[in-house]
Amino acid sequence: MTGGEEEVILLDFWASMLGMRCRLGLTLKGINYEYREEDLRNKSPLLLQMNPIHKKIPVLVHNGRPVCESLIILHYIDECLPDTYPLLPSDPYERSQSRFCADFVDKKFYETGRKVWSTKGEEQESAKRDLMEIIKLLEVQLGDKPFFGGERLGFLDVAVVPFSTWFYSYQKLGNFSMEGECPKLMAWVNRCLEIESVSKSLVDPHKVYAFVLQLKKALGLE
Amino acid sequence: MGEEVKLFQTWSSPFSLRIAMALKLKGIPYDSVPEDLSNKSSLLLEYNPVYKKIPVLLHNNKPISESLVILEYVDEMWKQNPLLPQDPYERANARFWAKFNDDSLMPSMWTVLRSKSEPREAALVEVMKNLMVIEGELGGKKFFGGEKVGFLDIVMGWLAYLIDAFEEIFPGLNLIDPERFPLLSTWMKEFYNMPTIKELWPAQDMLVSSFKAHHRIEQKTE
Repeated sequence: MTGGEEEVILLDFWASMLGMRCRLGLTLKGINYEYREEDLRNKSPLLLQMNPIHKKIPVLVHNGRPVCESLIILHYIDECLPDTYPLLPSDPYERSQSRFCADFVDKKFYETGRKVWSTKGEEQESAKRDLMEIIKLLEVQLGDKPFFGGERLGFLDVAVVPFSTWFYSYQKLGNFSMEGECPKLMAWVNRCLEIESVSKSLVDPHKVYAFVLQLKKALGLE
Repeated sequence: MGEEVKLFQTWSSPFSLRIAMALKLKGIPYDSVPEDLSNKSSLLLEYNPVYKKIPVLLHNNKPISESLVILEYVDEMWKQNPLLPQDPYERANARFWAKFNDDSLMPSMWTVLRSKSEPREAALVEVMKNLMVIEGELGGKKFFGGEKVGFLDIVMGWLAYLIDAFEEIFPGLNLIDPERFPLLSTWMKEFYNMPTIKELWPAQDMLVSSFKAHHRIEQKTE
């Protein structure tokens, strides 16, 4: 996958947390890829052809063949290049725990975060409480380790750290401080951001905030 | 071998049945721990505090939850009769369709079963669309896994035993018409009659009466 003959394209949207997972994974694995920005209101023929079922980004197109769903893409690049920066741990039980947590993040974090920035009043307060519970769970999983992957970034770090680009939006619109409510997680975020691959793959949280404000306006959610 | 394998399950859940199938196909002896979902055991709540659901696999006193996560664990722990294909692209494909089954096909089916007569027609259109896609994925193969049963066959196995029950509960509901879905119909019969797993199927009359009881309860509260 790192050879000169390989064609690797990532169909993505700049603010997508799930897309950022793939950007980070590809960078850590040393895979050269072509990034293609999708206009989600006017999806490209290639995206519609490569992901006809869901019509969503991210999609990895490897030598013309699509791989869809961000966690499936991470598994795929990990399995194509097992000896270069392995993302999943080698022990089957540890692998199952990484997969379980990443799946939990997909099921709960995304939707709860959306409610934090898009709702008001009691619904928002309830979403904030749910968000804190999810984060507590992640902090337990992290334990005393510097990263979820141990001494270096692993699958779960790659799966979760892109969400941090939306934390500024959550706290501005939810009127709370992530640093104040979950210092342990924020310490982990800051450790991740010191790593060049991470800071290169993640977008500016202030740009995300401007995007969220635009999105709220467009959705009539002010 | 001294390995302790326990499966927390119910007699009818398609999700816990997947794990029983996988263990049986690999020849792994295990203890079945039946759960009453209206009165969950303290062990279940301890082993799956996040979702409090079955199935949970306990291996050497370490619990794993979420059926797709458990299936990957079983496949990695016990290498005989591999469930997932070897090739990374084929693996990504199997994972994609497993997610499609869990996130799209099954929920669309439950919507049909829970709907009153008119909304049911609209929900049925969604199910038919999803089934068509699956028929396409099966293509000319004997099983989703090719010549042998694999990961996706186990994930989709619920079709082989629940469709007949649903059609009996709702007379006139023609879910998988052999003329419309010739490949899926043939696969269902093949998979249902596989000697290794045949004894695992719940009895149809018990399924029908249990579902009918559930359905009556839901109608009363509407």
